[in-house]
Amino acid sequence: FRGKLPQTSLLRDSRWYSVSHLSVKERIDKKRKAALIGGGQKRIDAQHKRGKLTARERVELLLDPDSFVETDMFVEHRCSDFGMEQDRNKFPGDSVVTGRGRINGRLVYVFSQDFTVFGGSLSGAHAQKICKIMDQAMTVGAPVIGLNDSGGARIQEGVESLAGYADIFLRNVMASGVVPQISLIMGPCAGGAVYSPALTDFTFMVKDTSYLFITGPDVVKSVTNEDVTQEELGGAKTHTSVSGVAHHAFENDVEALLNLREFFNFLECHDPSDRLVPSLDTIVPFESTKAYDMLDIIQAIVDEREFFEIMPNYAKNIVVGFARMNGRTVGIVGNQPKVASGCLDINSSVKGARFVRFCDAFNIPIITFVDVPGFLPGTAQEYGGIIRHGAKLLFAFAEATVPKITIITRKAYGGAYDVMSSKHLRGDVNYAWPSAEVAVMGAKGAVQIIFRGKDNQAEAEAEYVEKFANPFPAAVRGFVDDIIEPSTTRRKICRDLDVLASKKQVNPWKKHANIPL
Amino acid sequence: MAAHSLSPSLYRLLFAVKYASLHSRCCAVHKKAQYSTIYNPSEKTFEKILIANRGEIACRVIKTCKKMGIKTVAVHSDVDSSAVHAKMADEAVCVGPAPTSKSYLNMDAIMDAIRTTGAQAVHPGYGFLSENKEFAKRLAAEGVTFIGPDTHAIQAMGDKIESKLIAKAAKVNTIPGFDGVVKTAEEAVKIAQDIGYPVMIKASAGGGGKGMRIAWNDEETREGFRFSSQEAASSFGDDRLLIEKYIDNPRHIEIQVLADKHGNALWLNERECSIQRRNQKVVEEAPSTFLDSVTRQAMGEQAVQLAKAVQYSSAGTVEFLVDSKKNFYFLEMNTRLQVEHPITECITGLDLVEQMIRVAKGYRLQHKQEDIPINGWAIESRVYAEDPYKSFGLPSIGRLSQYHEPLNLSNVRVDSGIQEGSDISIYYDPMISKLVTYGATRSEALARMEDALDNYVIRGVTHNIPLLREIITHPRFISGDISTNFLPEVYPDGFKGHQLEADTRRELLASAAALYITAQLRSQRFLGELRVSSSPVECNHWELCVELGEQRHVLEITKSGNVYTVEVDGGEVEVSGQWDLASPLLPLTINSTHKMLQCLSRDASGNIVLQYLGTSFQVRVLSKLAAELNSYMPEKVPEDTSSILRSPMPGTMVAVSVKPGDTVAEGQEICVIEAMKMQNSLTAVKQAKRRAATYPAGVPRRTQRTTAHVIRAPRFAGERNPRQAKTGEGGSLLYYMQFLGFRFQVDGFDNMVNLGCS
Repeated sequence: FRGKLPQTSLLRDSRWYSVSHLSVKERIDKKRKAALIGGGQKRIDAQHKRGKLTARERVELLLDPDSFVETDMFVEHRCSDFGMEQDRNKFPGDSVVTGRGRINGRLVYVFSQDFTVFGGSLSGAHAQKICKIMDQAMTVGAPVIGLNDSGGARIQEGVESLAGYADIFLRNVMASGVVPQISLIMGPCAGGAVYSPALTDFTFMVKDTSYLFITGPDVVKSVTNEDVTQEELGGAKTHTSVSGVAHHAFENDVEALLNLREFFNFLECHDPSDRLVPSLDTIVPFESTKAYDMLDIIQAIVDEREFFEIMPNYAKNIVVGFARMNGRTVGIVGNQPKVASGCLDINSSVKGARFVRFCDAFNIPIITFVDVPGFLPGTAQEYGGIIRHGAKLLFAFAEATVPKITIITRKAYGGAYDVMSSKHLRGDVNYAWPSAEVAVMGAKGAVQIIFRGKDNQAEAEAEYVEKFANPFPAAVRGFVDDIIEPSTTRRKICRDLDVLASKKQVNPWKKHANIPL
Repeated sequence: MAAHSLSPSLYRLLFAVKYASLHSRCCAVHKKAQYSTIYNPSEKTFEKILIANRGEIACRVIKTCKKMGIKTVAVHSDVDSSAVHAKMADEAVCVGPAPTSKSYLNMDAIMDAIRTTGAQAVHPGYGFLSENKEFAKRLAAEGVTFIGPDTHAIQAMGDKIESKLIAKAAKVNTIPGFDGVVKTAEEAVKIAQDIGYPVMIKASAGGGGKGMRIAWNDEETREGFRFSSQEAASSFGDDRLLIEKYIDNPRHIEIQVLADKHGNALWLNERECSIQRRNQKVVEEAPSTFLDSVTRQAMGEQAVQLAKAVQYSSAGTVEFLVDSKKNFYFLEMNTRLQVEHPITECITGLDLVEQMIRVAKGYRLQHKQEDIPINGWAIESRVYAEDPYKSFGLPSIGRLSQYHEPLNLSNVRVDSGIQEGSDISIYYDPMISKLVTYGATRSEALARMEDALDNYVIRGVTHNIPLLREIITHPRFISGDISTNFLPEVYPDGFKGHQLEADTRRELLASAAALYITAQLRSQRFLGELRVSSSPVECNHWELCVELGEQRHVLEITKSGNVYTVEVDGGEVEVSGQWDLASPLLPLTINSTHKMLQCLSRDASGNIVLQYLGTSFQVRVLSKLAAELNSYMPEKVPEDTSSILRSPMPGTMVAVSVKPGDTVAEGQEICVIEAMKMQNSLTAVKQAKRRAATYPAGVPRRTQRTTAHVIRAPRFAGERNPRQAKTGEGGSLLYYMQFLGFRFQVDGFDNMVNLGCS
């Protein structure tokens, strides 16, 4: 057929063919040109004035030079109501730029919503474009990055727009655990639209220019009579420190995109794997009530002191993030003694659980540093459901089949000891530092129970400390594999990871587990 | 004399037994020690010595003890229990809590330690109890040898006025002046006029430059009298004053003496200690560029005369002020081992600690005056944990997250008492180490000092290496044109760091760009990727935009192999190196010259902090595209913090000074936070009114309380009552009280540390 058509055309009227061919070529060029400037120069300038980059500029900066391959540049919306069918209301590509590219050589699929076209609003065509690249990403197993900057649904299209959202949500869910999904909120994202970022693995925001909320300040005012600004209601600060919806916030578009590139760097490097870290020998203070910074330990142990922390400002009593050990990407979970003694509470349990499950889904080994005095007591916690939420972290650690290495740096008290990737939850390698104390609770509390009403409390306390405030009770039972010098921790972890690289562990078959949501 | 050198392997063993991970460094010290490693094993001294000190000087003494086969006992405070000196010694005894008055100055505890360990002698180091006659007396009473001079000499030289009288009597040049009780300001003025202005006034009992005031006229004399007499009475309980001629632009040159108990005394040449800030030494050298052999000898002989006059034994230092005409005046005598003794050891080859121990045992001096050489030149830089940009050094504290001494270089000696992971705390001197370099000539020693400073890795605390490196490379210092006023004269507006010239600026920009590209290229290599990368040719040409300070530069970089050719500001710079991104050091070859840079930090946004020529510079490297797009990014206005009160440190709120409805004026106290055993008053930055408690109904009453109880039992604000939750810039949840137009925040979370929750 392909060989035939030109021939017949040529035979019939070669001149007509070439003219028509030319005009198609012109139209293609014209459309491409139009697509490249989106909603036009005026709107681009307005976007810049807001301190925001355009959809295309963002893609260009995010991806390696010349690596972007665009799809659906010619797709246009199909709305014919309210004058939308007029030519001036048609923009090739509609309000989103989609395609694939590479970040430092790694394949990713990207969509970038174009605020200059109908405020980035989501039409049926817009959703269709996003769905297309998500489907492709799933077929080839590549991550999806969404750059969100959208005013919401395309009201002119009505239910078609809503259908579009649902199509995307379904794909978000289907892709969850299959390919990593990352959302970078670079402008407004309101209403139902927020559920797409919420379903992805990581949500990043740009400070001062991005907002996420179900309903905006105006609706809030009319319904609950609360006065609240956009920033307070759904700005980067709110979501990274109060609500825990977003995992990280960056200063501006450029920094956000550059950091997103960095986030993708799970790379090879040359920090010697047998490096000793003498500074760790002195990091844990002698007084067991004194705080220290768990980040000091993490940075000293990982490759090149580089640690990409997730949710650094939310539930700071637990630290989670990515790092590399001898070039391998690992997920790190650590209690933070500096904040609230590193206790587990509702927020930190949920933060930790979600991170552990991400690592497990994408085969990233988990290294856990334990210094936990227990779960936070109190009515606020109990009423809030600490039992249900704490169980999430327990569930996540127990369910994970990736290599799990645990280091008890100091306290591992009570139920929290069990939860924090203990040997009993299939920890592959569990170490204790000499400063470790694995016990049901602190000496004072324990003595008050054991020796209730007796006078020699101080003496009993000393005896308890002697007996339990050290790593031996756990070590003699084999609940920790070894007591190690802190300075050798990096070396040991690197070797263990080498061995565990071939770990194979399968959970019993099930439709899916029932994590206590 | 039978000489015996302790074999390095035995030496290593000694350390390996005591502390495994320290041994590599200590061996290096041993090899590089610029003092005699020879001793006479047949000369029995002591079985066991207790070192009543901490930090580098304790380590220094322990090293010599080990060489001499003497067992050592360290004393330490509880926070120092894992300090290097405590680990290095054969035994370590805790003598009390962190504050020095309760530990290192706690004579009772130290005496107990001596008894329980059976130490036969005590080396006091410097500071602490080294010049405390009471301590020396108590030791003598228990038959324990004090490694230092007799009580008599300590007492005689410890008093400014008495020491001057003795010096005068011993025919030592002294500064014209008056010492004794001055009753009124007018009397002080008359004395000052007799001596002739300028004059210096200080409390007789005050040590060093403490409380020293200079008066150029009658009015200033009156003022100086008032302050000094008050201080003398309050700080020292001794109201005698010293008024003497002030020598303008003097040099501070001191003579090391060494004497035995048999009336022999030697002078071990001078140390030039003129580079000072706030009367504390920063850079010292031996010998001095300023002294000729005649002056040196005259000073040495007078120092020895003084030592003999007080029947001095052990090592001591006679300090002189030397004016521009090489007139020298006795200042004071320090009856202990000086901080800067290593430079004397470098040029004379003597081990002063060893000599002190021998002398204390009663042996005669081994050397004659004519045996004392000046071999080469030695420079000492005192590396401090302090911020040199604030009045040439304000103490900073922190944890040494990374620390490597430049011991890979030859002719470098580092005396330190800390290691990676050590804390520089508020309790003790913020000195990190004494960095000593040695060379056949002064320029050799100086060049080595430059290298050593560039190779010194200190992370986690602010340090004064920028200042040290600027001093030793300053033309005035190099030419020897220095005085005690060097720093204020050279940096009248304060120290501002190294000022880049056009060529060094280009070098810095090029290095930053090359480092950036190395990191970028490295990011493209990764493990476990199954897909084949589609980029066929590796890029080897880049255009980058680099910002340094206010200026932006466009750089063109071409890479071939490990060499980057960088075109910048019309010049071409060639940079090559090993590019080890894991190492804090960045050894580069820039235009075929070796330069040691350090990468202090690097982030994804292109910010790179490099230490170059001692000073750290922040540069921002962006691709051309990123730089172009960055121009659209709005400048962020720093948050107006005048309406927010932040606790400077985590602590406990012990008092709230304003009631609801109160209006606070600017500077008025709002609450008191207790932290580090200190009560810190937090004050209002602007006028504000504390809003009456306007909490919504249904909130438990306890959240309305503004007392310490709420702070001590923090809850996760935001759970029960979202209105209570606010976040500070750092993002931590803070307890806060609402003022009218005034948010009042106290970091309450860290107090959880005190809660034993389970």
